[in-house]
Amino acid sequence: MNITEILFWFLTALAILSALMVVFSRNPVHSVLWLILVFFAISGHYIMLNAQFLAIVNLIVYAGAIMVLFLFVIMLMNMNSDSEPQKNKWLKMAGTVAGGSLLLILVAALKNSEVQYQKVEGAQGTIGLIHNLGKTLFTDYVVPFEISSVLFLSAMVGAVVIGKKD
Amino acid sequence: MNTPGLYHILFISTALFFIGVYGFFTRRNLITILMSIELILNSVCLNFIAFNKYVWPEKLDGVFFTLFIIAIAAAEAALAIAIIINLYRSHNTIDVNAAEEMKY
Repeated sequence: MNITEILFWFLTALAILSALMVVFSRNPVHSVLWLILVFFAISGHYIMLNAQFLAIVNLIVYAGAIMVLFLFVIMLMNMNSDSEPQKNKWLKMAGTVAGGSLLLILVAALKNSEVQYQKVEGAQGTIGLIHNLGKTLFTDYVVPFEISSVLFLSAMVGAVVIGKKD
Repeated sequence: MNTPGLYHILFISTALFFIGVYGFFTRRNLITILMSIELILNSVCLNFIAFNKYVWPEKLDGVFFTLFIIAIAAAEAALAIAIIINLYRSHNTIDVNAAEEMKY
């Protein structure tokens, strides 16, 4: 068991435990903080999967921007565990059955699939660095890139229109 | 089975996906439902990156799919929070049951 495998199992355990805590914690502020921990663990996995730039983007955009937005909204609405609506027992059971059975089916399908076995290894090569990424982004992916700028503009206008007082 | 590989990454992303689905079904607070959606999106991103590395290591398609997923998630979060704030302003709560009559 070398250092890469130890890191892999640590990040895995961190991701799954924090994701469980996101769903099960009653206070929404705690949920957001656990979700930030999930994003950190997933970013660690990205670095081990040769996507170094994406790990940084994930941290900046998700943990830095979106989660802070969530935290601000939660504080604005003054939510805590007292104002959290009570969960229905039947709803909980239905969620467990639906999610659990789908999970079982997918894991069984994964076990039967013929994925070529390759063991985990640390980041290597420069394929995920910003030099290669920028070159490909502005040659092969230039049309989706421009379309996403239009998407951002329309999302911004839509957010302002929806959010304004009338 | 002891040395981790592609199977294990796929299993992690499956587990994260269904934890997100469970949260989506059971929470009644709109913000935590949105957080469950972010969890689901991240598990899909992890799948894209893992297949990009283990199946096609010299290409960057999975990385770009993930990049666009992150961009769309940012736009979606902004719009959803605008809608949630609007709901809070009119109903003074963000319980999903409060939004059953979709009018103000």
